[in-house]
Amino acid sequence: MKKKFVLTFPPESTNEPVTCRLIRDFGLDINILRAEINAGQEGKLLLEISSTKENLDKGLGYLESRMITWEPVAEKIHFHQDPCIHCGSCTAVCFSGALEMDRLTRELVFTPEKCIACGLCPSACPLRLFTLEFAV
Amino acid sequence: MQNRRTYEEINQKISSGRAVVLTASEVSELSKTLSPTEIFRKVDVVTTATFGPMCSSGMFINVGHTRPPMRMEQILLNQVPVYGGIAAVDAYIGATSESENRPGYGGAHVIEELIAGKEVEIDSLAKGTDCYPRKSFNGKISKHTVNEMILFNPRNAYQNYAAAVNTSDRTLYTYMGMLLPRLGNLTYSTSGELSPLLNDPWLRTIGVGTRIFLGGAQGFVTGRGTQFRTDVERNDHSIPLKNAATLAVTGNAKEMDTAYIRAAYFEKYGVSLFVGIGIPVPVLDEDMAARVSIRNEQIETSIADYASPAHEELGRVNYRQLQSGSLRLKGKKVRTAPMSSLPVARRIAGVLAEEIRQGKFFLTQPVEALA
Repeated sequence: MKKKFVLTFPPESTNEPVTCRLIRDFGLDINILRAEINAGQEGKLLLEISSTKENLDKGLGYLESRMITWEPVAEKIHFHQDPCIHCGSCTAVCFSGALEMDRLTRELVFTPEKCIACGLCPSACPLRLFTLEFAV
Repeated sequence: MQNRRTYEEINQKISSGRAVVLTASEVSELSKTLSPTEIFRKVDVVTTATFGPMCSSGMFINVGHTRPPMRMEQILLNQVPVYGGIAAVDAYIGATSESENRPGYGGAHVIEELIAGKEVEIDSLAKGTDCYPRKSFNGKISKHTVNEMILFNPRNAYQNYAAAVNTSDRTLYTYMGMLLPRLGNLTYSTSGELSPLLNDPWLRTIGVGTRIFLGGAQGFVTGRGTQFRTDVERNDHSIPLKNAATLAVTGNAKEMDTAYIRAAYFEKYGVSLFVGIGIPVPVLDEDMAARVSIRNEQIETSIADYASPAHEELGRVNYRQLQSGSLRLKGKKVRTAPMSSLPVARRIAGVLAEEIRQGKFFLTQPVEALA
């Protein structure tokens, strides 16, 4: 199985090579999609993990023992486009470049192919036009 | 050649369909090749506009008398507390008032739904008096059943606003949107060269009684907005470098359109209201022609760090840089994002220009200056 997770690190655990241990000790195949880690500060990591369910559960258990919280990430973002007022608030948080303002029209352009479903835009949109769609 | 034109002359031109009306963006473009003198000769009116979240907004409503009559004291509209401390079935729906039971839903949503013509549930209580014996009322109201809906916003159309960043290690949830840690982004408001009070920086033409486009209807400036300031530092183009003048505005909300009045919810901050405002600026003389010629690269604002309690200033930036999508700050490339809608602001400026050309909207000389 292949799943995406956002890991949130408390400041005190960023000194441990967590991703390395997930790969070496739990046999998880990991693709790092986004990382915001700085020693001594809260950090976030967006991972795509391929493994058996058993190994995945063990790996997630290890994270919990290190006070690292994890959340499964949606597979897809749904954008309810019609009511959009093109304020641009969502582009402030979109790092993958899926949400950008057109240089000329200044309207919002959504490119779903670039979206990594990091889950920030649903909170950033003041009109609540984005929803996460979880794969079953 | 006259070097002045009056409001009367402009309105006569509007009456006879001869007024030359351009939007502020169009004039900014023209100013690259034309001098203020030439712009004064060519253009009578310039339309400015903005469509941004303006928290200090709200609506007076008179819900109509019940039988027997009641002086409503505690009032909920769609479970949102509204101010009932005025007689008797008047209330004021504050845009930021939030429902205790419906997270992310507040006064702004009630205002938007009423303007849209939807039914809203009212729950009210009173102590009961000899003249107003009724003690409670529950029912439905809509714009078709209530007497008046008067938008009255105490602080709108800020003349410039500081851009926001966050140098801390955690995400900050603010009315300037989600500010990502360690200068992860920068957000800004105002529509730059299209923004009303940036096209009349000394408020020569925008004052008490000025007729404006408000939420799709014709409204008026009633006076200074709250937190009105003129004593802020200005650049060489007379642009205040941070939050300065504000407007209090009013208009008949029954005539408004939800294309220009929209409720918003900012994560972990609260409810706000996007308000569409358009203001025509008469080109009375060369000085006003120079003012409305202002371009994004000449409009600067300060950058405020929301990680510090006093919003420490980290530098200055102009709107051309802000609208480019990124800029360099403290050696780092920082993504920039707007908080107010430029496409809707442009549409408002265009609609207002067309209304003036068609003789449906006339200019007003202020009854009294604001500054």
